[in-house]
Amino acid sequence: MAAYILKRLGLALLVALAVSIIAFGLLRLSGDPAIALAGEGASSEDIELVRKTYGFDRPLPVQYVDWLGRTLRGDLGESIYFKTAAGPLIVSKLGTTLILGIASLAFALLISIPLGVMAAIWRNSLIDRLCLATAVIGQALPNFFFALLLIMLFAIGLRWLPVSGSGTWLHFVMPTIALGYYIAPAFMRLIRAGMIEVLESDYIRTARAKGLPARSVIFKHALRNAVVPVVALAAVQLGFLLGGSVVIETLFALDGLGYLAYQSINTKDFPVMQNIVLLLSVIYVVLTLAADIANAWLDPRIRIA
Amino acid sequence: MFTSRTGLARLLGAALLSTSMLLGAPALAGKRDDTLRFANDQAPESVDPYFNNVRIGVILGAQIWDTLIYRDPKTNEYVGNLARSWKQINDRTIEFELRQGVKFHNGEEFDADSVVYTLNFVANPANKVVTQQNVSWIEKAEKLDKFRVRVTTKKVFPAAIEYLAGPVVIHPAKYYAEAGPRGMNAKPVGSGPWKVVRHDPGKSILLERNTDYFKDSPKSVPKIGKLEVRFIPDRQTQMAEVLSGGMDLIMNVAKDQADQAGKVPNLQVVSGETMRIVFLQMNTLDGAPAPQFKDIRVRKAILHAIDREAITKNIVGAGSRVLHTVCFPSQFGCTDEGAPRYAYDPGLAKKLLAEAGFPNGFETEIHAYRERNQTEAIIGNLQAVGIRAKLNFSQYAAMREQVRANKSSLSHQTWGSFSVNDVSASTPVYFAFGADDITRDAEVRDALNRGDNSVDPNVRKTAYRTALRMIAERAHAIPLWSLPVYYVASKDLNFTPYPDEMVRFWEMSWK
Repeated sequence: MAAYILKRLGLALLVALAVSIIAFGLLRLSGDPAIALAGEGASSEDIELVRKTYGFDRPLPVQYVDWLGRTLRGDLGESIYFKTAAGPLIVSKLGTTLILGIASLAFALLISIPLGVMAAIWRNSLIDRLCLATAVIGQALPNFFFALLLIMLFAIGLRWLPVSGSGTWLHFVMPTIALGYYIAPAFMRLIRAGMIEVLESDYIRTARAKGLPARSVIFKHALRNAVVPVVALAAVQLGFLLGGSVVIETLFALDGLGYLAYQSINTKDFPVMQNIVLLLSVIYVVLTLAADIANAWLDPRIRIA
Repeated sequence: MFTSRTGLARLLGAALLSTSMLLGAPALAGKRDDTLRFANDQAPESVDPYFNNVRIGVILGAQIWDTLIYRDPKTNEYVGNLARSWKQINDRTIEFELRQGVKFHNGEEFDADSVVYTLNFVANPANKVVTQQNVSWIEKAEKLDKFRVRVTTKKVFPAAIEYLAGPVVIHPAKYYAEAGPRGMNAKPVGSGPWKVVRHDPGKSILLERNTDYFKDSPKSVPKIGKLEVRFIPDRQTQMAEVLSGGMDLIMNVAKDQADQAGKVPNLQVVSGETMRIVFLQMNTLDGAPAPQFKDIRVRKAILHAIDREAITKNIVGAGSRVLHTVCFPSQFGCTDEGAPRYAYDPGLAKKLLAEAGFPNGFETEIHAYRERNQTEAIIGNLQAVGIRAKLNFSQYAAMREQVRANKSSLSHQTWGSFSVNDVSASTPVYFAFGADDITRDAEVRDALNRGDNSVDPNVRKTAYRTALRMIAERAHAIPLWSLPVYYVASKDLNFTPYPDEMVRFWEMSWK
C-alpha cells in the first residue's frame, strides 16, 4: 500500500508541475502583457518601462523558474491589476467558491441518489426512461444556458430569487442548481449501474428470502455497497466544481475564485492567474490522489494491479 | 466575454426580454429606498482616478472628486469648479485663483496645498500613475499663496485646460500624503457631490449624497440619497437585473437588446452619441502584409465601397453619425471643412481597383476588436467590390501589437480620446509619427504639430484643418461613424446622456 501511495504521489507532483509549465506558457503566448498593462493610450516608452518594471523582458524559462521558486517559498507575488498581495487576494475569494462547490456537490448527490435508485429498481420502465431523460438533459445543457433559464424563471418570472451577487444564501441557490445539475447525471448513471449489479447479487437474494422489507433491502444492504464508487467520483467532481465555476461565478457575479480568474485573464494579471491555475490544479490532483487511495484501500485488486 | 456562447446567450437575452414583456412590469428597485443602483461590467483596479484606465473609473472620479475647471457638457464652455478663475500667463504657465470654503469629505480644507501636492505627486513618474497621458504634460505646480497656484507645462500644451476639466482631479493633500494611492482606494476621500460609504474592491461601491457640497459648484448636490455601483461582468445578467427590478440603470446595451427593452413596461431606453470615433486604419509602410494599400486608388476604392449611411442607420443605431474626418466633431479643432466627401459608389470603387491593377480585387486580413457586427458589415461591402477581407478578431492589446509590429494592413479601429474634447487627443495619435502611425506622412505630422504646439486658437484651428484635409484627400484612413451608447433605465428615472460618456448621477432624479 505504501509503495502504491508513493507512486501515486510522485505522479501527482509531476502532473502539478506539468500543469504549471503549460499554464505559464499559454498565458504568455496569449499576448504581450506589457502592452495590455500599459493601457490604450500608452506610448512605446511607457510600454518599455512596464516591461522592465515587471521583468517581462527576461527569457520565459527564467521568468518561470523565478515564479516557481518564489511560489514554493510562499511568496505569490503582487496582483498587477489590484496592486495587492496575490496570496491574501486569492484566499479571500476561496470561501465563496468552496461554499458553491460543496453546495453544488450536495445538490447533485441529493437528486442523483434517489433518481439512480429509482431507475435501477424500475429498470426499463417509464420511470427509468424519465430518469435517463433528466440525466441526458443535465449533461447536454451548457450550464450558462441552464443558468439563464433559471434566472428567467426564478428571478424575472417568479421574483423569488435575486439575479446576482453573493450577499445572502439566496444568492447561492441558482448557481448551486446550475452547477449541481450539470454534474448530477454522472452520479446517477453510476448509482443506477451499481444498484442493478448489487440487486442481482446473491446476498440481496438471501436478504429478500429472509423476508426483510424492501426498504431495508434497498437502503441498508444494496445502496451502501452501490454508493462506494460514488465517493471516489465525488472527490474528483469537487475538483471539477472548484475549477469549473468560472462561467457560473461570472454570470451570477459571485465574488469567488472563478470570477477572480476571469478578471485576471481579462486584465492580464499574470501573478493572480498563474497562482489560481496552480492552486486549482493542486486541489484537483490532491482530490484525485485521495480518490485513488480510497479506492485502493476499499478494493485490494486496484493496488495489486 | 465567452465568445463561443455569445450567439446562444444573445438568444437567451431576447428570451429574457420576452419573458419580462409577458410577465409585466418589474418592481421598482431604487425609488422605494431612494437608492440608485447602477451596474457596470468592469471593476476598476483602483478607485483613485490616477490608478485605473477604465471608463467606470472616469465616471466614479467625477462623482467622488472635483477638478479645477468644469466643461459644461451642453455648451462645451469651461467654467470654474475648484478654481474660481484662471489666467494664461505665457505659453506654458497658467495661474489659478482657488475657491474658498470648500471641504473634503473628511473635513480637510481645500486650498493651494491640495492642488500643489496632487499635481506634483501625479506628475512624478516615480509614483507610477497608470494614466500617464493624462499627467505627463505637467512640469510642476507652485503655491503662490493659500488660494493661488501656478501650473507649468513641460512644453506648449493647449489642451491643458481640457485635461484639468477632465481626468485631473484634486485630492486632499494631508490625507493623500498619509494614505497614498492604496489608502485612497481603500477609503476614497474627495470633495465631490458623492461621499463613499463602503467600497468592496471588485464587487461594489456605495455612495451617499454629500449634503455639504459647495453651492457654487457647476455640478450640484445630488437629488437622490444613495448610489450603489455594482460590478456585474455579464451583460445578460445586467439585463436580467434591470428586468427583475434589481438595477435602475445599465449602459452599453447592444442595439438589438435595447430595441427590445424599449417594449418592456416600466423600462426606458435612452441612446446618445459618444466621443468614440470609428475608422479603418490602412498601412502604407514598407513591408506591410498587403502592399496594395500603398496605392491611393485602392484606398479611395475602399472609401467608395463602404455604405456608411446604411450601416450607421441599420447596424450602428440611433445617436451615431457619419464622419468625414478622423476626429470627433465637438473636439476643438475638429472639422471636415474642405475635406472631400466620398460617396457610396461600388461601381467607382471597382473602377478604381481595376485602374490600380486589381480588376479581380485582392485578399487581405482585417483586424478588429469590438463591434464585430459592424466589421462584418464592412467585410460584406468590401466583398461586393472584390476585396476579400478575412476577419482577425482579437483583444485590443493583441490587435494593437499587430498594428505596431507592421503585421496589419487593414484594421477596424475605435478611439474615445479619453473624453478629452480637443483634437490633440485624437488625430495626432494616429498621424503624428507615434507608435500607432502607419502612414507616416511628414506634411500631416508637421501640420498636427503646429496645432499641438500653439496656444493661439486660430493658429491651432488652421493647422488642424490643414492636417485633416490632407488626411482625407490622401485617403490615409477611412473615417466611418461615431459610436452611440444605449442606456436601459427604470422609467422612474430622469437622466440625460452626454457624448463624453460621463454619467452625471448628481443630475438624476426620480420622476
